Amino acid sequence: MLPPQDCRECSAVFEPVLLRNVDVPDSHMLSAYEAGGGYRALAHTLRKHTPDEIIELVKKSNLRGRGGAGFPTGMKWSFVPKQAGKPKYLCCNADEGEPGTFKDRIIMERDPHQLIEGMAISGYAIGAQTAYVYIRGEYVLAIRRLEQAIAEAHAKGYLGTHILGSDFNFIVHIHCGAGAYICGEETAMLDSLEGKRAQPRLKPPFPAVEGLYASPTVINNVETLICVPHIVIRGADWFRGIGPEKSPGPKLYCLSGQVRKPGLYELPMGIPLRELVDGHAGGPLPGRKIKAIIPGGVSAPVIPESGFDVGMDFDSLAAAGSMLGSAGVIVIDDTTCMVKVATRIVEFFHHESCGKCTPCREGLNWVVKVLRRVEAGQGEPGDVAQLQALCKGIFGNTFCALGDGAAMGLRAALEHFEHEFAAHIEEQRCSFH
Amino acid sequence: MGMREEIETAAERYPDRRSAIMPALLIAQREYGHLPRPVLEEVAEVLGVERIWVYELATFYTLFHTEPVGMFHLQLCDNVSCILCGSEVLLSHMEAVLGIRNGDTTSDRLFTLSTVECLGACEMAPVMQVGDDYHGNLDIARIDALLDRLRAAAGQGADVHVASAGLSGV
Repeated sequence: MLPPQDCRECSAVFEPVLLRNVDVPDSHMLSAYEAGGGYRALAHTLRKHTPDEIIELVKKSNLRGRGGAGFPTGMKWSFVPKQAGKPKYLCCNADEGEPGTFKDRIIMERDPHQLIEGMAISGYAIGAQTAYVYIRGEYVLAIRRLEQAIAEAHAKGYLGTHILGSDFNFIVHIHCGAGAYICGEETAMLDSLEGKRAQPRLKPPFPAVEGLYASPTVINNVETLICVPHIVIRGADWFRGIGPEKSPGPKLYCLSGQVRKPGLYELPMGIPLRELVDGHAGGPLPGRKIKAIIPGGVSAPVIPESGFDVGMDFDSLAAAGSMLGSAGVIVIDDTTCMVKVATRIVEFFHHESCGKCTPCREGLNWVVKVLRRVEAGQGEPGDVAQLQALCKGIFGNTFCALGDGAAMGLRAALEHFEHEFAAHIEEQRCSFH
Repeated sequence: MGMREEIETAAERYPDRRSAIMPALLIAQREYGHLPRPVLEEVAEVLGVERIWVYELATFYTLFHTEPVGMFHLQLCDNVSCILCGSEVLLSHMEAVLGIRNGDTTSDRLFTLSTVECLGACEMAPVMQVGDDYHGNLDIARIDALLDRLRAAAGQGADVHVASAGLSGV
C-alpha cells in the first residue's frame, strides 16, 4: 500500500475513463458516445485482433472481476472451451443487489453504449454470438436506456450480423430480474435466466464449461465489461500501471451513508479508504465523527476507525479482514447504533436467503431473533456468545457466499463493537435512541 | 401489441420457452395489476409450460404480486444506507398520514406502503420507488409533496400505467 501522501499525488493526476462520458449532454445516446471515441475499440478489435489476442491482452492487464469476487477476467475467459459444439453465451451481471452499490445503474442509465461495446468485444473474445444482460427489475430507467442503446447499436451495425463488415455476429438481449438478491450469485442468475427459482448450483461444473442451457457461459459484471474497450485502446500496460500491480485499474466507488458528498467516484484501485472518504467524499457530516465504514457492500466486514488507512483493493482489504466486494462504501458515524446496523444487515440476508441450504435459511433466522431482542433491550447475558456460535455454524457451511457474507459481517461487528452489544444487554436498552 | 403477442415476442429471445416465464409475468402484471391464479394459468398456457413453474416464480420473486396492491405502491428502502439517512422517520410519517401500517393498502386503494431492500440508489438516500420512478433525497416535506402529487394525479384520472408501472389495482 502506498502511503497516503504519494497516493494523493497519483489520484491528483488520475484521469477518469469509465465515467468520462456520463456528464456530457445526452450521454446515453449513440451520437454522444461516438463523439467521445465510442466503438473505436470494437472496430480496432475486429480489424486487428484475433479472439485469443483479446483474451491475452485482458490477462496481461490483470483485470479482476468488479462484481465482488475479483477473479481474473482473462483467465475466466480462457476456461471457455474452444470447440464446444454448442453455442456460447456471455451474460452480464447487472443485478446489482448488494446494498450500498449503485455503480452499474449509473453506467447503464448514463453510458449504456460503453457497456454494449464492452460486451461486443468480450463476446468476440470468448466466441459468443448471444448475450443476456440480467438487470434487476427495479432499474426501469436503466432498462429503457439500454433497450434504446441496443436498438441504436443495431441500426448502426455495431450489433447484429457481420458487425462492421467482419464475420462476427453478436446480439444482446435484456432479461429483467424481479427482486431477488441471490440472482447476483452467478449460478443462481443462470437458473433465473432459465426460468427457474434463483438458487445457486453446485460447482463444478463451472459456468465456463456448463452454464446457461448447459452451454459454455461467461458471466461478467457491468464494470468489468466496460473496462475492456479502454484496455483495447490504451493497452494492458496502461491498465496495469494504475493502482496495485495485482489488483490494478480504474475503479468505481459508491459512497453513501453519513458522509458529506455521497456519490459515484472513479479513482485508482488501492486508494486509501480514509482518502476516499475524507478527501473525496467530504468526510463526516458537521459535528459528527465517523466510527465505522463498510467498504464493499453489506457483505463486506465493517472496518473501525483504526483501519481507515487500508488500501481499497482486493488484496489489501482481504489482508485487513474485510473485502472490496462491490466497492459500496457505507459510512457510519458516531450517532448510529452498530447493533441496529448489524441487525438490519442480517435481516437483509435472512430475507434474501433462497432457502436452499439449512445453515443459511435456519441459521440466519435464529441470528435475527437474537439480534432483534438485543437491539430491543431484551438481550440475555449469553447472547453475544450465542451469536458467535451461530456465525461459526453458518460460515463455510453454506451452499453459496450469501450465508458467509452475513456471518462475516456480523463477526466483524461483534469483534469491533462488542462494547455496544454488551451495553445493550447490560443496560437493557439502546443508548442511541 | 396484445399481451399474448408481447409474451410471444419475449419468448423469441430464448432457446427455451421456460426462460420467458419471468418476462411474461412482468408483462401480465402490467396488464392486470397483479397476478391472481387465473392470470398465472393464462401465462402457463400461452407459453405452453408447466403451471407449477409459473406459480413458483410468481411466489419466489418479490416484484411479483399475487395479491392486489394500491394504485401507487410506495416502496421505501430500509436498508443500511437509507436508515443511516433517516428512512425510518419517513416510514413512521407515512404510516401516520396514510393511516396504515407497513405492508398495508389504504381503504381507498390508492396507496400500498412497503419497505423494500436496497434499491441501488444509495447516493440519493433515503430513496423510495413509486411505479417506475425513483424519488431520492427524501425528507418529510418532500414525502408530503409527493403524496399530494400522486393524489392529484389519481383524481385527474392520470395514466396509472405511467405513474405506477401498471399497478392499477382495478
